[in-house]
Amino acid sequence: MNNRVVITGLGVASPNGVGITDFTHAIKNGISGIRFIQQLKDLNFSCCIGGIPPVSEQLKLQYLTPLQLKNFNSSGILYGCIAGMGAWEDAGLPINENSDTEWDSGTVFGTGSSSVEKLRESFYKIDAGNVKMLGSTAVSQTMVSGVSAYLGGILGLGNLVTSNSSACCTGTEAIIMGFERIQAGKAKRMLVGGCSDDGPYIWGGFDAMKVMSYKNNHDAEKASRPMSATASGFVPGSGAGALLLESLESALARGAKIYGEISGAAINAGGQRGTGSMTAPNNQAVQRCIKAAVENANINAGEIDLINGHLTATIKDAAEINNWAEALNRKADNFPYIHSLKAMTGHCLGAAGAIESVAAILCLKYNFIYPSINCEDVHPDIAAIINPKKIPQTVLENNNLQVIAKASFGFGDVNACIIFKKYKP
Amino acid sequence: MTNEELIEKLKLIVKPYVKNDEGFKNMDENTDFLNDLKINSANLVDVILDVENEFDIIIDNESMEKMLNVKAAMEIITTKLSENDRQ
Repeated sequence: MNNRVVITGLGVASPNGVGITDFTHAIKNGISGIRFIQQLKDLNFSCCIGGIPPVSEQLKLQYLTPLQLKNFNSSGILYGCIAGMGAWEDAGLPINENSDTEWDSGTVFGTGSSSVEKLRESFYKIDAGNVKMLGSTAVSQTMVSGVSAYLGGILGLGNLVTSNSSACCTGTEAIIMGFERIQAGKAKRMLVGGCSDDGPYIWGGFDAMKVMSYKNNHDAEKASRPMSATASGFVPGSGAGALLLESLESALARGAKIYGEISGAAINAGGQRGTGSMTAPNNQAVQRCIKAAVENANINAGEIDLINGHLTATIKDAAEINNWAEALNRKADNFPYIHSLKAMTGHCLGAAGAIESVAAILCLKYNFIYPSINCEDVHPDIAAIINPKKIPQTVLENNNLQVIAKASFGFGDVNACIIFKKYKP
Repeated sequence: MTNEELIEKLKLIVKPYVKNDEGFKNMDENTDFLNDLKINSANLVDVILDVENEFDIIIDNESMEKMLNVKAAMEIITTKLSENDRQ
């Protein structure tokens, strides 16, 4: 029989809050982390706003040593370490550089693109004939597995240490990979999550594709508008989210706090066939993925209280709503509550699924549904499928949530869906 | 520059990389970067880059290989500085 898998630690570096306390306050109160960014304006971006976690120099030193920060230029790895170490400590586990190797603990910590700023800096040095000036850490910062390698060393992890990459599915996929590894008895604890760099070099390609919002540069906090009739593209974000997953047996044995349980999950791809392409989802695949997760969790679709959507604020939001409605066979008044964290954080790309899952688990544990801000004007195509009241405009508290479905979809036509359930012995 | 002044400058350069404070406190001509200061061997290239910047010299690959202790570092720096003077 498979091991049950519970969540015993959470960590986050989000544009609207770094650390679980600040982040919980932000999401409950509908606080946006989106700001105007002069650098984007100066570089002639159409979209001049974005979400960057507020991290001071002092805060950096709580997570990385002065030596680790020397010649360091990798915001994604920084955010990953803040979230990952935060989740580890939140789970009541010690961080000690002289500790023994933790053979039963590993990490799957993903990223969409790794350390583009460090790569840029390195390319300039190489092109000027100064390859020697790259120093000793250009490789460890720019290898895709950089974030998992940093965390593996800081925490002394001795099980699987790797970084996955599946575009905007990355964070959610990492959680599922860790979940399955513990289920199979190959690890007791897996630190899972995703991170994403900030700045023009990671966001530029999306600006060029014209999928980012350009109509709301003057009003940053109102700019990210998932499910709204006035949505005009996504707002870029960055940061990291992390979950410490643990076998129920291990969590009970050490008396750990339990946030909730992962009761099932599914990953698939649409093969870029049908409605699918490099950048658009195959709707049939999305629906199959959601159904497979429900089946894997051994629940009825009717038990889902809340959907934590992918919902980026592009023209695809209505298609996503329709996919949920079809897959769950629930429409109008019978549709579960649904919200999008991206309204407050922007689209944190490789970190999105991880940060959003942290938010979902906070809802599950503390019985609240944070507002889906900037959606007072629900898109008519969405209102035709579900009752707009299912999209809360203000926080709903004392809501006894039992089951939350979380999904992410990414370029390459890839999908991932997780069913989080309140823990019951 | 006297030997003492040179060692003081080297101390400032290696300080961020040192993992053994005791060895650093007693750092002198006979100190070995890896064994006595416990500097991570990967960081030796960073120490050398910092030395190049501080003294405005260029250290070639052959000299880099020899720069494993304070004494060798002092000799290499002194030699390179005198080469600079001749130019």
